[in-house]
Amino acid sequence: MTTRPTTKPDTYAIAWRLPLIIWQGLFFVGPLLFMVAMSFFLVKNYRMEVAFQFSNWQRMLSKDFFWDAYFFTLWLALLATIITSLVAFPASYFLAFKASERLRRWAIFFLIIPFFTSYLVRIFAWQVILAQSGVINAGLSYLGLGPWQMLNTQFGTMVGYLVLCLPLAVILQTFSLANIDKRLVEAAHNLGCGRLRTVFTVVIPLAKTGLVVAAVFCFILSFGDFVAPYYLGGSKPPTLSIMIVDTSKSGQQWPRAAVVAITMILTLLVVAFSAIGFAYRKRGK
Amino acid sequence: MKDDKLLRWVLTFYTALVFLFVFAPIAASLVFSFNSDRFPTIPLGSFTTDWYVKAFSNPEVWDAALRSLIVSSVTAVIATAIGFSAAYTDYRYDFVGKKAFLILSLLPPTIPLIILALAMLGWLSMFNASGMTISIIIAHTVLCAPFAMAVIRLRLNQMDPNLEPAAWNLGASEWVTMKSVVIPFTLPSIIASLCLTAAVSFDEFAVAWFVSGLNKTVPVVILEILTGNIDPQVNAIGTAVFLVSITLVVIAQVLVLRPAKKPEAA
Repeated sequence: MTTRPTTKPDTYAIAWRLPLIIWQGLFFVGPLLFMVAMSFFLVKNYRMEVAFQFSNWQRMLSKDFFWDAYFFTLWLALLATIITSLVAFPASYFLAFKASERLRRWAIFFLIIPFFTSYLVRIFAWQVILAQSGVINAGLSYLGLGPWQMLNTQFGTMVGYLVLCLPLAVILQTFSLANIDKRLVEAAHNLGCGRLRTVFTVVIPLAKTGLVVAAVFCFILSFGDFVAPYYLGGSKPPTLSIMIVDTSKSGQQWPRAAVVAITMILTLLVVAFSAIGFAYRKRGK
Repeated sequence: MKDDKLLRWVLTFYTALVFLFVFAPIAASLVFSFNSDRFPTIPLGSFTTDWYVKAFSNPEVWDAALRSLIVSSVTAVIATAIGFSAAYTDYRYDFVGKKAFLILSLLPPTIPLIILALAMLGWLSMFNASGMTISIIIAHTVLCAPFAMAVIRLRLNQMDPNLEPAAWNLGASEWVTMKSVVIPFTLPSIIASLCLTAAVSFDEFAVAWFVSGLNKTVPVVILEILTGNIDPQVNAIGTAVFLVSITLVVIAQVLVLRPAKKPEAA
């Protein structure tokens, strides 16, 4: 509607097109392509040398610790995706169907705030809250429970991933639920379909695309995050993102870190495309 | 019907819990920043401003704050300019390769920051351009331009497609129309974009940590304190940072949300 085909591109048109192409070409596409090249370079005496060797790939892909980290990261990200989607759903359902338009607007407004506030500071706060002598364990001790080890466990990592993903998941789910045709839900009720059954057979299939997109974002965010598994999960065993930090920061082994990074990107592409394919697949009976 | 009411209450309560989870750490860091205990727990210790005094008497923190301010404001200007041009291109033109153009303009936020950080470090080092303040600005602009584009594109959606042709018919050139019609119309979104991109850049730590070398920004200083030990200074710095970000975000949201109601104004 707003885009109209124009005749031939003139100076004016080109002038508006170029800034993005130049900047993202130089500083986004360039670095990513360079990283692929870098994975074939060699490091000698802590200096990177241009080369075309498969040794980094061989070295990383033949090691058990790499594959352990790979499947561990995959597992954590999948778990985070499922937990976040499940935790977010009832809240999104409430905001989409039960809350007033005004309340929904305010809720979204508040959920956007965490995006632009320091993730590090929020993780640090959770570190203090979850600590052995922290707020939660102190509260539990009044009830005669605990103390529970929460920091440096997978539970801690999951709390971190929830901090990272939950606001976005609720926003995306709420949008997709609010967009479905309410008359279909009413029709199901009128035909005698129970509430829970309506949710599973009408609401969720109708909002499938949005729900899957929300899940994909959770996966991408938690798969690539190094802060939650490091500061709340204790980094043992390390995830791929922690491996990138360690190999590139302490060992100067940028080429090997590049190998890890490229496997991560390939994994994300496969996951994202299969999920989107699933989301847009025709609904069969 | 009674059942319905119960369900509503349960869902309301649940949603409140979700919001509690989201905002608990922000509230906690505010409370802990005024709390005397090094390892805060309940009951809380006494009120103190020591952590603020300690944090703000640290020259490294001031140095980083100044750098963060420079980085985020310069990033905001460049990213908004790039985002504006991309949004306008998408709004007005249809051309061969437009799909690729859009992918290029929206892709960066989907790449994990740590990967972008590594790629950027390698690339900039090749040109001996890493470890400088400008390296952070370059990298942050890549990250922020998509946000700028999205915000401005939303506003352009509300612009009457006949507005520009009307100006041309009245004899204005395309450049003049841009200056006196398009830019004034999108001004709220331009300001919103400046605020949002500044906030994103102000809080970004992974890429900044990799490419900044010794020129640390505030989040990088926080990251390094965190790696050491539990230090409530982080709460004090974090609360201050939070106030800056929240101000920017609220200004941006007010500007984005308000004109949405009355597109014909402005």
